[in-house]
Amino acid sequence: MNGAHDLGGRRDMGPLEYEKHEPVFHAPWEARIYALTRAMRAWGKWNLDADRHALERLPPADYLRMSYYERWFHRLARQVVEHGLVSKEEFDSGMAAPGSTKATPAMTLATFPHWLSRGIPSSEDPNVRPRFKVRQRVRARNVNPSGHTRLPRYARGKTGVIVRDHGVYLFPDSNAHAQGEKRQHVYSVRFAATELWGDDASRRDSVHLDLWDDYLERV
Amino acid sequence: MERARVPSDLTLRVKSLESLLVEKGLVDPAALDALIDTMEHKVGPRNGARVVARAWMDPAYKQRLLENAPAAIAELGYTSGQGEQTLVVENSAKVHNLVVCTLCSCYPWPVLGLPPVWYKSAPYRSRAVIDPRGILREFGTQLPEDVEVRVWDSTAELRYLVLPERPVGTETMNEEQLASLITRDAMVGVAKVTWPSSRGNA
Repeated sequence: MNGAHDLGGRRDMGPLEYEKHEPVFHAPWEARIYALTRAMRAWGKWNLDADRHALERLPPADYLRMSYYERWFHRLARQVVEHGLVSKEEFDSGMAAPGSTKATPAMTLATFPHWLSRGIPSSEDPNVRPRFKVRQRVRARNVNPSGHTRLPRYARGKTGVIVRDHGVYLFPDSNAHAQGEKRQHVYSVRFAATELWGDDASRRDSVHLDLWDDYLERV
Repeated sequence: MERARVPSDLTLRVKSLESLLVEKGLVDPAALDALIDTMEHKVGPRNGARVVARAWMDPAYKQRLLENAPAAIAELGYTSGQGEQTLVVENSAKVHNLVVCTLCSCYPWPVLGLPPVWYKSAPYRSRAVIDPRGILREFGTQLPEDVEVRVWDSTAELRYLVLPERPVGTETMNEEQLASLITRDAMVGVAKVTWPSSRGNA
C-alpha cells in the first residue's frame, strides 16, 4: 500500500530528536501495550504481517501524529474487535458482556518462554527454487498493490545486483491477508545510491534491500 | 445502563483494555510482566557490546560471527525472537554500514533490545536512505568522501548488527573494558566507537 508508513526518501520530516539515556519504555502504559500486543498475537488470529499492515491502515495524518506506542494501542483495539475476540460494546465499556465465557490465555507465564523464542518462519527448503542468482542484475518491479507489501516505493523500477540469497520466507503481500504463505526466496539486493536518487548522490554509496522473488524481474 | 465513556488518556485506555482482556481470560498478567521484564532487563545493547568486544578480541569468533551470526551470538547465551536471521556487517577504514527500517521499526532485539524513539521516527526512517551522510553528521559522525556508505534497509525478516571498528589505543584493554566503550549507536551505524570515548550515547 502506498501509505504514510513508506517513508524512505522523504526529506520533509524534520530534524532528528535524540534522547540521551533513553529508557526502554517512557511510561508504564507503553510497556503494557507492548506486552498486550505480543500476548494477543499468540492467539494466532492474525500474523505478524497482518499486524504490520494494521498499522499501515491507520489514517495517514494519525499515523504521522501519533507516538509509536499510541499507534500500537489503536492497532490492538482494531485487531481484537475485527477478529471477534472482543465485541465493540465490550471495548467501549471496558467490561465483558454478561454471561460471556472466560477463555484460557494463549500465552501464560508457563508458555511465555516458548513464545519468546519463536522466530520468524524461514527455511532452506530445496523444493522452493530461487528465480535469481547471486551477482545477477535485477529490477524491482513497478507494482502498487492496495494491500500490504514490503517493497518500498523508492526502489520500484530501480535496477540493482543480487549480493546474497537469504533462503525461503513467507510472502508478506499474501500472508498479511490470509491469502497463503507463497514461500519464496529473499535476496539482498544492492542498489547504487545514484540509481535510486540521481547524480547528486555519492557514487560510492549504496542501499541494500532484502527483496522477495515476486518483487523482482530480469533486466 | 449508561455506557461508560472511553477515557481519552492513554494510561486509562490501555488499563481499560488490559482489564477487559484479563476479565475475558485472553491474557495472563503474569506473562505480560515477564515479557516486559525481558525487554527491560534481559535484552539490550549490553548484549551486543559483549558480542562486538568478543569479536575484537578473538579473530576466530569474529569469523564465526560474520559467517553465522545467530550461532555466534547464541554462544554468548543471547537468544530470543527477532534475531534468528541476524546478519553482522563489518565497518572498516573504507566501508561504513548504517541500519534502518524505512517501513516500520525492525531491529535486532536479542543483541540491541527494543529500538530507541529516533530509530522508529519519521526523520530517521525517511532520510537514512537518501541522505545517510547527513544523518551521520547529525550524530556527529564525519566520514571522509572516500569511505563507502552502505545502508541496510531491513524491511524483510533479516536483522542487521554493525560490527564497528576497534579504536586505536585500546590494544591493552580486556573484553570487559572494550564492551564498556561500545555504544548502541555504533552498532546501528550512526556513530563510531571512540577512545578516549565521548560517552553518553547509551
